[in-house]
Amino acid sequence: MHSKKAPLPLTIAAFGTLLFLHVPMLIIFLYTFTPDETTYTFPLPGFTTKWFAVAWGRADLWRSLTLSLQVATIATISALILGTLAAAAVYRSNFFGRESISFLLVLPIALPGIVSGIALRTAMGGFDIPFSFWTIVIGHATFCVVVVYNNVLARFRRTSTSMIEASMDLGANSFQTFRYVVLPNIATALLAGGMLAFALSFDEVIVTTFTAGQQTTLPIWIFSQLTRPRDRPVTNVVATFVIIITFIPIFLAQRLSASSSDTEGENK
Amino acid sequence: MLNKLSTYFYQRPRLVLLLFLAPPLLYMLVVYLGSLFLLLINSFYYIDDFSGLIIREFTLRTYAQIFTPANREIFTRTATMAFFVTITSAIISFPLAYYIAKYASPRLKTWLLIGVTIPLWSSYLVRVYSWKLILAQEGILSYFINLFGLSGVLQWILSFESIGGSSLALSPLGMFIVFVYIWLPYMIIPVQTALERVPNSLVEAASDLGAKPLQTFRTVILPMAFPGVIAGSIFTFSLTLGDFIIPLAVGNSKFFIGQAVYSYQGTAGNIPLAAAMTMGPVVIMIIYLLIARRLGAFDAL
Amino acid sequence: MTNHLSTPAVQFNKVNRYFGEVKAVDEVDLEIRDGEFFAMLGPSGSGKTTCLRMIAGFDRPTGGSIYLYGQDVSNLPPYERSVNTVFQDYALFPHMTVGDNIAYGLMVKKVPKEERVRRVDEMLDLVQLKGFASRKPSQLSGGQRQRVALARALINHPKVLLLDEPLGALDLKLRQQMQVELKAIQQRVGITFIFVTHDQEEAITMSDRIAVFNHGKIEQIGSPSEIYEKPATTFVAGFVGTSNLIGGELAKRLTGSDQTFSIRPEKIHVNTTEKTTTMDTITLDGVVRDVVYLGLYTRYLIEADGVDIVVVEQNLKTTSMDVVSAKGQKVRLSWHKDHISRIGA
Repeated sequence: MHSKKAPLPLTIAAFGTLLFLHVPMLIIFLYTFTPDETTYTFPLPGFTTKWFAVAWGRADLWRSLTLSLQVATIATISALILGTLAAAAVYRSNFFGRESISFLLVLPIALPGIVSGIALRTAMGGFDIPFSFWTIVIGHATFCVVVVYNNVLARFRRTSTSMIEASMDLGANSFQTFRYVVLPNIATALLAGGMLAFALSFDEVIVTTFTAGQQTTLPIWIFSQLTRPRDRPVTNVVATFVIIITFIPIFLAQRLSASSSDTEGENK
Repeated sequence: MLNKLSTYFYQRPRLVLLLFLAPPLLYMLVVYLGSLFLLLINSFYYIDDFSGLIIREFTLRTYAQIFTPANREIFTRTATMAFFVTITSAIISFPLAYYIAKYASPRLKTWLLIGVTIPLWSSYLVRVYSWKLILAQEGILSYFINLFGLSGVLQWILSFESIGGSSLALSPLGMFIVFVYIWLPYMIIPVQTALERVPNSLVEAASDLGAKPLQTFRTVILPMAFPGVIAGSIFTFSLTLGDFIIPLAVGNSKFFIGQAVYSYQGTAGNIPLAAAMTMGPVVIMIIYLLIARRLGAFDAL
Repeated sequence: MTNHLSTPAVQFNKVNRYFGEVKAVDEVDLEIRDGEFFAMLGPSGSGKTTCLRMIAGFDRPTGGSIYLYGQDVSNLPPYERSVNTVFQDYALFPHMTVGDNIAYGLMVKKVPKEERVRRVDEMLDLVQLKGFASRKPSQLSGGQRQRVALARALINHPKVLLLDEPLGALDLKLRQQMQVELKAIQQRVGITFIFVTHDQEEAITMSDRIAVFNHGKIEQIGSPSEIYEKPATTFVAGFVGTSNLIGGELAKRLTGSDQTFSIRPEKIHVNTTEKTTTMDTITLDGVVRDVVYLGLYTRYLIEADGVDIVVVEQNLKTTSMDVVSAKGQKVRLSWHKDHISRIGA
């Protein structure tokens, strides 16, 4: 299959598309060095690294970053618990309506974000729930659960039930079985799902605009700059930072799922 | 002690299932579906024009407002954009998807897939932002267009009212480019998955039987990749329909559905109308999903 | 081995297991003796695996009770039964070494480290895998994995060892070798082995007694020779080896009763010349319809009174040339009357 060589035009088109997907992000990185504060002039009129220091000194950015990290952490932990429980339930038994569970969990990412956002906001308004850190977390958890669920369920399906039976057969109770057999087997799936959920939460903006109230997460801060640019160079620095912070967990998650499916092939 | 508890659960598998399901299900049903349901209810309320208060009485008058010419235009505009974004993404996705599915070595394939999935999962907002820099009048794209002496061509294209504007950054055309850029990975992955399932022997059989490459593509590859395209289009279409960030960041003052919802809800405080407007994309997506399911797109998801 | 009159190792008392409407196990009564090598034989979906899983505790009966050495275990979880299992797919823990896999049962029971090491060594010795303790299951061959699974199941000194299609994943040669080895190990450890198989030859070679399952019921329980020589039902006659079933008018003429009987192909003699027959011999005239020469023996298809009868003869004197010419020939079939088995109504 791989002995054939791809036709040159196809190769060029393929890698051209890949460049199209990635070059724009590199351009942001390039612009972090522009001395120009008011426009996006190209070529850059000079070279400076001062914006990194300026961004570093901005207290509002630190507050937003802290908030985003806290939200992403709590949302990820909730998603890990809820997603794993749902995956375990679906895997364990053939109960009525398990298809509906998958459908229900996928809804928050299948429907446009604005639908979820405005729905949550309406509900919070209807019950006079004040917007806070927790309302943001509640919104984020809805779409993070499915990521963990999918990852863990896929791993469960590749784990034969007889392994769990073997453990109990050999004298381990359910808790020991979970600790010694189930957990080690789903660990990488949990890690991968958790990192994806974290990245998803960290740069979510649509649902957040509806559930944040006066709180400013990092994406909300960038969004405000998008419509009313005041700190262009600082925005570039922040944007680059967000790319890196979401890039790393997604990259690791992808590598993790790729390598664990390799080794599992050997065991079959 | 733990043994006893474990045995207690062993003898009650239904209780265990209930304990597993209750937290995620309660959360999703109460918080998420509950909110969606409240949204639906709200779309049947209306806002009193004098007081600006929401009147909680069942009425269809809010839905009637959706069909005002201005709102109808918003729907048409958004759906048209979603349609063209979907078609274009499908076409552009093909070479890379085909290359990954049929030519890349296993090692390269892993890396290429990572290269596609990273923009799929990450930095939506930042990726939109990057085009703010690229499309700016004084930005990098204009620079290259001028460099190649193509500014006349660009001006000519931008002079068309339906797609043009004062500059790329403020035109439907610019918005279109950004939409395609943002949602393209959502198309590449399902198309690649579908192409992966086309057996190589089938392609070879077609060429053995004397089909020219283009014929093979049209008669063998394209029909088999079609479910993948439909699967991908679920995302590109749905996401374009509901997006309000891109029209806010790039584009002119003409509203899209997402923007309209955003401003009805926010500045106007008209939650019933915003809710009713949201039902538009929801209904369109449900119909779309039903059609897609009949076409067998869910196997490619 | 042990006293057959003592408490049975495993006892089923009207055990049912329904999956929705499907009766996977239907009112099964069964007694397995202490120290027995017992086979549960049957086609897939016959309920044999469900029975095994209920003994292990992976499944619970919908009705009836299961006793292990007199104790009702119907509702006990697997970890409270002195039973261990060798799984069809071995179910080794991929994230643990061979040594840790084998020691698992001791580890969860908090047996001290030194004793664990010692007993793992013993087990590795028993299954002839000395020096493999630090390998990962993924580095082993199919046969080696099977031995690890066996060692892991035996280390807890269970009273009963269950084996679910233990040799199914192995190739023919390895399978035959493991059949002998399993039997030897069973004799060394001296505990009850219960194994599930759909391979009648395997069941006959290895076990002391066989239960033949069909549609959730046991058709017959008996020693391999009883099952083979005296099949009690049409199903057993057909499933275990090949049988000629003769009933109705022909049966009445041959045996004086119209009750269906079965006769094994190898018990029938094909004679071209009329031989003197004794009182104990049953004879039947027919025509050879088809002949297949199979090296060691030859298989004939003979039509007699409108009934097709399969006969197998060893090629003691005949050669392939003689055999081929037999087609179309008139022959007389004969067999000893004790070799028939009457099929219960």
